[in-house]
Amino acid sequence: MKTVIVGCGRVGAALAELFDRSGHDVIVLDIRTRAFDRLPANFGGNAIRGDGTDEDTLRRAGAEDADVFLALTEGDNRNVMAGQVAAEGLGARQVIAKINDPLRASAYADLGLATLCRTTLMADAVAEYLGLAATGSPGVHSPSGTHHEGDHHGAGEPADSTDAMPSAAGAREA
Amino acid sequence: MFVLVVGGGKVGYYLTKELIENGHEVVLMEKERARADQIADEIGSVVMPHDGCEGKYLASAGANRADIVAAVTGDDEDNLVICQMAKHHFDVGRTIARVNNPKNEALFKHLGVDEIISPTRMILGSIEQDIPVHELLHLAQLGEGQLELIEAHLQAGSPAVGRAPKDLDIPDGCSLFAVIRGGVALPLRPDTTLFEGDKVIAIGKTECETLLHAQLIGDSETVDAR
Repeated sequence: MKTVIVGCGRVGAALAELFDRSGHDVIVLDIRTRAFDRLPANFGGNAIRGDGTDEDTLRRAGAEDADVFLALTEGDNRNVMAGQVAAEGLGARQVIAKINDPLRASAYADLGLATLCRTTLMADAVAEYLGLAATGSPGVHSPSGTHHEGDHHGAGEPADSTDAMPSAAGAREA
Repeated sequence: MFVLVVGGGKVGYYLTKELIENGHEVVLMEKERARADQIADEIGSVVMPHDGCEGKYLASAGANRADIVAAVTGDDEDNLVICQMAKHHFDVGRTIARVNNPKNEALFKHLGVDEIISPTRMILGSIEQDIPVHELLHLAQLGEGQLELIEAHLQAGSPAVGRAPKDLDIPDGCSLFAVIRGGVALPLRPDTTLFEGDKVIAIGKTECETLLHAQLIGDSETVDAR
């Protein structure tokens, strides 16, 4: 399985290590080279310095034939944009974006992105630990629509990732 | 008209001032407290010191009743999210985004932003106008980006020189409507003969460009050969 991870913070680096250890093909991107210090010395995947919202950079990282694409930078909007470039522009199969604003997290699930909301996940974890009632909103949203629904741009290609897959001949860069 | 402006940089600041002067109702959202206060000192209580990307602040700024949302921050990803939230979550009729990286224009359009303003592209277009290349010049985008206003500078060797529009194979959905000759704009009629040095102004669908190029400039091989 090929995984592209944008953002080599604590979560990004931990997942990169996890996927690599399980024998998957991992490419991790960050705009700061220093961020790659978080990766273990024996990391077997690729680390690429670059802007994960830039289509050319993502193509270079191999997002076109990624099975899993994770947008995990510290910026909600950067994750939204990276996720949409990967899903809509490049045809990555499974795209998950971290969005810490609960409203945006649910709004973008309606627009076709799987989203993770750390705010809700943490609040629920704390509530559960203390035996309090949970927030009531999910911390993980599955995509429930596409951005084409109800807008004026129905002529776009289908957002369904299986239809949007490009040929498997996408160039990879080590 | 109620306009919600997001981003209190130079563009957002002057935009807000102009809109107020023109009698529109405006709310400006600027997340940097100091900058928001500075603008509020000058133009009053229309400034909200909050992040316009965040759903709850968009709601409290009145996004659900805004006629237009203009996202003019310096960050493309923020402008995209502001417009998408406005459009899909608050049903705003018209969203306008400033795009800094011209490569993002197609993506923004694809993702449903109604109007895209690219200062980079505009300056680029302006520079290209001064360079005598044998290409079509893009003067403006019209009709939500479906149509282009194009200028073609006729050089020797152009298939159009010595002929009139009625003798040319002009693609459907495309119209040649004026010619600039010796600094004077003249209406272009079907039987107006074109000369070397003429600048033909055309309006047409974006996809007609290749055909138009072949008719007014010539095939690229012909141009290179000269």
